[in-house]
This record gives sequence, structure tokens and C-alpha cells, in this order.
Amino acid sequence: MKASQISVGDTFEDVLVKDLKRTQLVMYAGTSGDYNPLHTDDVYCREAAGYPGVFAHGMLTMGMTGRVVTDRFGAENVKKYGVRFTNQVWPGDDLTGKAVVEAIREENGETLVDLAITTTNQKGDVVLTGYATARAEK
Amino acid sequence: MADEKTVIFPVEATHIMMFRRSIGDYSVPDTGRETAAAPPTFPRAVAQFDPDYHLRIRPGVEWFGSGKSPSGVKGTPPSSGGLHAEQHFEFIRPVRPGDVLTVTEKLGKTWEKESKRAGKLIFTERVVEYRDPQGELVCVSRGVSVKTERPVDQK
Repeated sequence: MKASQISVGDTFEDVLVKDLKRTQLVMYAGTSGDYNPLHTDDVYCREAAGYPGVFAHGMLTMGMTGRVVTDRFGAENVKKYGVRFTNQVWPGDDLTGKAVVEAIREENGETLVDLAITTTNQKGDVVLTGYATARAEK
Repeated sequence: MADEKTVIFPVEATHIMMFRRSIGDYSVPDTGRETAAAPPTFPRAVAQFDPDYHLRIRPGVEWFGSGKSPSGVKGTPPSSGGLHAEQHFEFIRPVRPGDVLTVTEKLGKTWEKESKRAGKLIFTERVVEYRDPQGELVCVSRGVSVKTERPVDQK
């Protein structure tokens, strides 16, 4: 994205997933290497761990949310990206990611855009909050 | 887990392709031969190259997931392995296919907190540095995991 196209207060919003599938959790386990049964094994969750069923890796939610930034700025331009996981994400959830431009600044000859990030589910509960800094094209 | 460990992470295009699919990122052609930068959360996939990673079935180690019984380990704590509370990445440059990264994980701070929804919480921080073969820093990540006294109450 070009710096000239961005203003403080601009909001970027994407539907990240609708009706999250258990298979997506399995795909994420396979690529990330995090095979924690809390995310893939319903029997373990219900009968051993005390949860109603499997739930998403926080890192899956963070990965999906990152698309709000990378789809616009490019993965190669992400300088910082950090989050707190505030609620669990369950199969069947719809997630929407939002990034709000908080600042546009010059640093070492680069134009950097600071973003405040939130992801909410279909009930309006915030499941992730965070920040990112991305380099904008001149 | 040791306080510090080092793992070599060869970054491959097909791994990134599969990782992109798993997070629903189709911004790059789905060929497995692309040279584009990896998504910013990809560095955590170093777990695949950690020989002792505790969240993968390993030879000679009982796995705590279900089989004949709900857990392969007797007396498993209710939220075995803990939950992820925070994750942060800072990039000096992007991670790309062809990188061979030396990854060093160090134990950071630990602290406790009381929670209405899950009882006593024990937080543990881990700081991970990713360096290229010349020793130049590529990325630093900081993760915070939390062990809960009991499963998190669902509203």
C-alpha cells in the first residue's frame, strides 16, 4: 500500500473465516507442528481436559488475522506484529479482523504505519487484540 | 524443558505454501515454488524442527491424546500443555524460502495471577531469536503461555 493512500483513522476490515471447520484446525496443526490434542482431539477435550470440544490454536487466529495486514502491505513489509488472546475460538465461529491506522511516521528513511488490531467473533466478543507496524510504499 | 535450546530451521517453499493454506492466505500463487516472504506468524513453525517438541508424538514418549482411553497418560492435568496468552514478532527482515535459520529459545520471566474463570494462572515467557548463517538477527519472537488451575469457564 502506498503511504499517500493511508490516513490516520483509516480502518481495514476483513471476514477471516465463516463457520470455522475442525479440519482447518487439523491443517494448522500439521503445518505449525503444534499437535496439542486440545485443538484436534474431541474425545481428549471432553473426557480428559474438561472442555466442551476442540478449540482453535491461538496462533491460527493470529495467522488468519495477520492477513488483514499482509493482504494490504505485503508480508515482506511487516516489521512488528503482536497480540493477546482474549477469548477462545471454537469450530463454527465466524471471525472478523480489523486494523485501525493509529500513526504514520518516518523512521530511517522508511514510512511506517502503526495499526491497532482486533478480531471479533459472531457474538461480538473480542477474541484477539494487538498491534502491527508495516512499511508503506513511498 | 531446558532454559535454552538451539534448533536449525530450514525454510522451505512447500512448507510456507501449506502454512498459508492453513491460515486461509491465498495472496500468493499456490505452487510451492514461490519466493515471497513467509507470513509473519510462520517462524513459530520451527516447532517442526525441534526434536524434543512436547506437542508432537515422539518415539518412546507416552502421548497424552486419546486412543483406547480419553488420554494416553494417567493423571493428566486438565489443561495439559497450557494455553497461549500472548505472541509478539519483530522482524529485522522478512523470512523467505531458502533461509536456514539458527533458532535459539530462552526462558524469560514467569509470574502468577488469580482469575475468576480459570483459578490460579501461571504465566511463562519465552524469547526466541532467529539468525541467518552469518549470525545476523532476522526475527525475534516473544511468547507467553499460561497454565490454568482448571479449564477456562465457558460463559
